[in-house]
Amino acid sequence: MKPTVDRFWKTVSWLSGLIVSASVSFLIGFLLWKGVHAVSPRLFFGDTAWQDALFGRRPVFDGIWPAVVGTLSLVVFASLIAVPIGVAAGIYLSEYATARQRRWIGSLVDLLSATPSIVMGLFGFTLILFLRKTIFPNAQTGLMLAAGCIALIVLPYLIATTQAALQGIPEESRLLGASLGLTKWQHIRHTLIPLSAKGILGGVVLAIGRAAEDTAVILLTGVMARAGMPRNLWDKFEALPFHVYYLAAEHRDAAELAQGFGTALVLLMVTTFLFGFSYWIEKQAARRWNSA
Amino acid sequence: MTDHRFSAEAQALRRTARRELWIERILLAAAGLSAAVVVAIFSMLVWFCLPLFTEHRLGAVLAWRWDPIHQHFGILPMLITSCMLTILALCIAFPLTIGICSLLHGTIRNGVLRRMLLFLVHFMTGIPTVIYGFVSVFVLVPLLRWVFETGTGFSLMAACLTLSVLILPTMVLVLHAELDQAEARYRLTAEALGFSAEQTMRSVLLPACRRALIVTVLLGMGRAVGDTLVSLMVAGNAAQVPHSLFDSVRTLTAHIALVLATDSHSMAYQSVFAAGLFLFLLMSCFQAVLRFWAKSGASFR
Repeated sequence: MKPTVDRFWKTVSWLSGLIVSASVSFLIGFLLWKGVHAVSPRLFFGDTAWQDALFGRRPVFDGIWPAVVGTLSLVVFASLIAVPIGVAAGIYLSEYATARQRRWIGSLVDLLSATPSIVMGLFGFTLILFLRKTIFPNAQTGLMLAAGCIALIVLPYLIATTQAALQGIPEESRLLGASLGLTKWQHIRHTLIPLSAKGILGGVVLAIGRAAEDTAVILLTGVMARAGMPRNLWDKFEALPFHVYYLAAEHRDAAELAQGFGTALVLLMVTTFLFGFSYWIEKQAARRWNSA
Repeated sequence: MTDHRFSAEAQALRRTARRELWIERILLAAAGLSAAVVVAIFSMLVWFCLPLFTEHRLGAVLAWRWDPIHQHFGILPMLITSCMLTILALCIAFPLTIGICSLLHGTIRNGVLRRMLLFLVHFMTGIPTVIYGFVSVFVLVPLLRWVFETGTGFSLMAACLTLSVLILPTMVLVLHAELDQAEARYRLTAEALGFSAEQTMRSVLLPACRRALIVTVLLGMGRAVGDTLVSLMVAGNAAQVPHSLFDSVRTLTAHIALVLATDSHSMAYQSVFAAGLFLFLLMSCFQAVLRFWAKSGASFR
């Protein structure tokens, strides 16, 4: 009896492994097959010369350069907002908070991480409605709002990784501060943060990856197809993931479709690089304590 | 002379103490802000849903028909679709998760193949949602249209297949981490009893991880319910209760995105806020159950 069940179980396991590997390989293969010949300077800059595009002397009409700039500025602004707050909150929760505070703040942060990104976008949208009704009658969705909402999405990752990195420090290293007579903050500033810097950096890179890929939030907070370069911080913008989404539904000809595949491939490479990098840093940080 | 030095030292100490206090306050402010954001989201959604309750229009939103031109604003079809889609996606992803985890912890416990499979799962977490949707639109949807020869291919079926691939890596990684710990505890005993790798998995490791199994399912559900892009891109977006796997459907998340992109009717907006509030509350429930399970699991050990 048992061998039959065993054999069945084994077959099903191999099958599921195969199905998943095959579908992911197919996904990558398909994107490469369709997209790799589209990835060229033309994909980014269209007919505009790259020097002109790079310095903004001439607008790019049929390339994805505006989307690249849009995603880049989203990531930069979201990180500028989220990284200081997230790291500070992580330090507080790990080093200062009482058990009660940790439970309350921790569960609220968990809830923040569980909130679907479309709800976060809806929050940004309601914020604009609210502002319109109260103090700014002509508030509009735009780059800064989207960056703020994305910051909310990545905030829990930053808090969790900072907390984990600080708590992963061995007890012996924590005695160092006390033995030197450092105050609590001096101890954190000069021993704990340098020791956990790698873990925190891994969290930051992970957060950047999440910020680059999220589409649902920006859908409601001011992304626009063919918006061109954002002129200021409150302007409409384009973004890589949205560009992929838009072209999947609304491509007009084969050239645009090829551009869609190219964009998808570029986006995949960017996020894979970021996630791989963050995973690598995490491994390095873990190895440091295990080997010591 | 000594008095003077003493007071200078005392001053320096006091300055340090004050500085420490301020730093702690700033850090607390950051932590408090992160927590307050959730409260802000919740109150904002409730505030915009209030007219529904005060003006007795709740019935109009909790109805079965969505047809804004004829003043029907029911979101129940989307709600049912979201639930169905989540359950169907889990029905596919959960057996696959168990299968992959038992490969990782039983059948191929070491070697290149295991490392490759783990690499693949980690790689999958980094693939943007929009890319899953994009490839589905150009591969899965035509395939379904061609194989089953009904409808356009943009259907519940397409969304649920894509979604199951999307939630798989999260589920595998959670269960894998838990199995790692269980394996360290039980592997030797099970081997001493003469269990085969599959038997160990079936009758020792998985029962030992039954709490983790529930956590896995809940996390997968959370991701599936909250996902917008896949259902928006491949489910077809017709606001109806699905009668077959090949019906075009619309989820709550896609509903939010679609309505805000097109309509500007105030009742349509309110249905969106109701959908958002519902999603938020659903996630809170998941989170509460997760917390409960995690805590009782810790005391259990």
